Amino acid sequence: MSERRQYDTDELAQMAQQVCERAAGREQIEVCVSTGRSTTVRAYNGEVESLRSGVTAAIGVRVLEDGRQGFASAGSLDPDVVSDTLEAARRNVAFGESDPHQRLAEPDGVEPPGLDLGDPSVLSIPDADKIAAAIDLERRCLDADPRISGVRVSAWSDGWSQSALASSTGICVQTSTGSCSIGAQPLATGGDETQIGYAGDAARRPDELDVDRVVTESTALATGQLGATKPPSERLTVVLAPSVAAAFISVVASVLAADSVLKGRSPFADRVGSQIADERLNLIDDPTDPATLGAANFDGEGLAARRNALISAGVLGGFLHNAYTARRSNTSSTGSAVRGTRSVPAVGIHAPVVGTGDTDNDMLNASIGNGVLVRGVSGLHSGVNPTSGDFSVGAWGHRIAGGELAEPFREATIASTLQRMLLGICGIGATAEPLAGGRSMPPLVVDDVALSGV
Amino acid sequence: MTPTIAPDGAEASTLVDLEVVDATLREALRAGGEWAELFAEDRTSTGVLFDEGRVEEMNSGRDRGVGIRVTSGEVTGYAHTSDMTPEGLADAARTAAAVATRSQVGGTVDMESFRGSGTAVPGVEVLPESVGADAKVALLRAADDAARSTHEAITQVTARYGDSRRRILVANTNGVCAADDQVRTLFSVSCVASGDGGLQTGRETVGYTVGWELFDDYDPAELAQRAAHRAVTKLAARPAPSGEVPVVIARGGGGVLFHEACGHGLEADLVRKGASVFRDRVGTQVAAEGVTLVDDGTMGPEWGALRIDDEGHPTQRNVLISDGVLTDYMWDWLRSRDDGRAPSGNGRRQSYTHLPMVRMTNTFVTNGDLDPDDIIADTPWGVYVAHLGGGQVNTATGDFVFGMTEAYLIEDGEITEPLREGNLIGNGPQVLLDIDAIGNDFAMGHPGTCGKDGQGVPVGDGQPTLRVRALTVGGTAA
Repeated sequence: MSERRQYDTDELAQMAQQVCERAAGREQIEVCVSTGRSTTVRAYNGEVESLRSGVTAAIGVRVLEDGRQGFASAGSLDPDVVSDTLEAARRNVAFGESDPHQRLAEPDGVEPPGLDLGDPSVLSIPDADKIAAAIDLERRCLDADPRISGVRVSAWSDGWSQSALASSTGICVQTSTGSCSIGAQPLATGGDETQIGYAGDAARRPDELDVDRVVTESTALATGQLGATKPPSERLTVVLAPSVAAAFISVVASVLAADSVLKGRSPFADRVGSQIADERLNLIDDPTDPATLGAANFDGEGLAARRNALISAGVLGGFLHNAYTARRSNTSSTGSAVRGTRSVPAVGIHAPVVGTGDTDNDMLNASIGNGVLVRGVSGLHSGVNPTSGDFSVGAWGHRIAGGELAEPFREATIASTLQRMLLGICGIGATAEPLAGGRSMPPLVVDDVALSGV
Repeated sequence: MTPTIAPDGAEASTLVDLEVVDATLREALRAGGEWAELFAEDRTSTGVLFDEGRVEEMNSGRDRGVGIRVTSGEVTGYAHTSDMTPEGLADAARTAAAVATRSQVGGTVDMESFRGSGTAVPGVEVLPESVGADAKVALLRAADDAARSTHEAITQVTARYGDSRRRILVANTNGVCAADDQVRTLFSVSCVASGDGGLQTGRETVGYTVGWELFDDYDPAELAQRAAHRAVTKLAARPAPSGEVPVVIARGGGGVLFHEACGHGLEADLVRKGASVFRDRVGTQVAAEGVTLVDDGTMGPEWGALRIDDEGHPTQRNVLISDGVLTDYMWDWLRSRDDGRAPSGNGRRQSYTHLPMVRMTNTFVTNGDLDPDDIIADTPWGVYVAHLGGGQVNTATGDFVFGMTEAYLIEDGEITEPLREGNLIGNGPQVLLDIDAIGNDFAMGHPGTCGKDGQGVPVGDGQPTLRVRALTVGGTAA
């Protein structure tokens, strides 16, 4: 059976091309095939709690004919499954409806960045080392502070995936990527109160994982919340910690995707060239920096991944496009198709980067005098309406009084609109602090945000 | 349309030949396990997305594979594969057992005949796979037409149809051997209304563990009109208040509150690790008198209903809180083994590539005895939440948030102006104690997907109209 054999990316590419060659008449075919292997280890009480490993294979076939689209996918690369999947996609085309812009991406001559992202070192890590890493992470969290009473999750994960994408328009690209990650959720206890923290890191090589940061951050988040109370409701200035700033920026990036703009679901439609944010804000998508896990040579349609300036000095420079949205908007793809093997290409950001500002990170609290430092948010998926821009999320962190960090707060929300928050940015840290996956982000200061508590 | 025979476990039981199941489990024990389990899954799905007045996507998917779980003592090994040959399964069994070899070899394979395939979930009358795609498209087009003709402010309509069929076979070395055939059908419609105040959205979703007969009971056009009205109504919405206010939650509109506020904290895996505010609280008053919270996997055809859980145990009706007193947690096999008790049918997993853990099914608060109109009339000022969106909870503290997708102001005992979206935030244990009125109009709510540790599973929730004395509304109005 084919699942038992290993494919290299050349063989995957060949398999994808062979399916594309079956295109008949006006039919266009795009095939994405991938294989992957992964391991996850969890430690608890100084022992391995679970070790999960497995191999996966997948194929996604998109068929277009006269502007109609059909898609099918399956979790196997057996030859009969591959044929069945093509036939299922063809059947689905029959029910699609014509859209003249719906055609596959054509090679656009843009050179891919030529990054070497397939470091195979994750493949040679013995299971014993993965177990040791998870156990060590748990022990280090427990040792970090006497108030740490346990660690709900201490985990190691790694994965290796290979994929190829080919189309009947002449695109054929292949990718190998490896990654590993660690994550910890320590519990801090004081009296009858328990608080939970979280931090993680991910990298292409195990020696690039920042275990120290994960231990320090996760335990500090848990212990820092002990004694937290519900704050009074008021409008105030908030400092968004780098991880929170990153979450906020990823929401902003999602409404700069051209598909939501074209469908009338973005509050920033018709705003290209206008000031949509404070002039301190610069936002680019940079998948060409190999330091981040968001780096890529190709997008989800096989076009070169590229650097795109989205917001420059607060002015909206443009939207992110895949081949379809570009054709519909009479422009070129920005190489921003994002997809899994099992889904059709959507539009999204690869690796958001916010330019640093001019306030020393340590001076941000002093610069605002009174307000709050938001160290964590919850309910982002339910609390942000990307169509209206309404923004209301659970928040916790510390109060800032007289320019100094003061008591912790919890059980509160911060609310505004994306539009107002972008224009309300009134400070950006001068240093981008490291986040998981090789990313980094400066803290952001936003004024006139509604904090709801008591 | 020809009715199809109702599915039961019969087809699923042939996913892996029973002799191969037996040989695979023996291989897992030989390789060092004390206990072993085989979980086989074959899942097919169809999805149609209708957007901007046309079919944008028509998708179909197929997944088959096996996960082998092996335990020895406190250690669990798991290996998954899509290679369902005897050799492929034996390989996975050895891989899963590798981590367990530090313990003594033991255990026996003693499989009884099949169980499961109970009667809890009503049969499916018409398998969605037997219905042509043209019928599915026609349904979405009708919804689109209906929404657009409701009001000129409706500028965008997205309608989705989805069905799935999941056949599972679970066998373990304790003699559990069960199979199930799970069918789900879903329809949703989302409308965008555009006005002077910007864009607003309205949504309706129905989903049950039934087949195509779903549309005998629900008219997509009517659902679309309701979603459209909701979006148009919100155009005139004013900012939600900010701070603590009394909140009345409409029947079926806020079961997610209890899913988040206390359901997760009653999952035995979190309790065991000290990551729940409800640890060591069984037998104590954790909610106001009159509050009874139930998790019921047998409650067909609700979205979270199952005949058996993903560990092969029959689902059941578990009373978690009875008249305010915490009576029990929810259990999977591993956690119940450690406590020397029976599992409660709450061991679930997203797919064969995932380890099972404690999960909810259909979670709800049962009826009180008040007239819902009296509850509103008895509220001088507050917020009336018709629908809550998704939420999230910190189980260690019980702090939760969730979005209000449709809410109104209550003034002088009457529902008045619509409010813009915002989050509600509260603390689970406190909210349970702060419930001061419970209606007699119980209803289940929308189908949901519960995410935990990266795994999503279908769940249901519900409640009668009820009032919470004070919740923090995260609006922007002073």
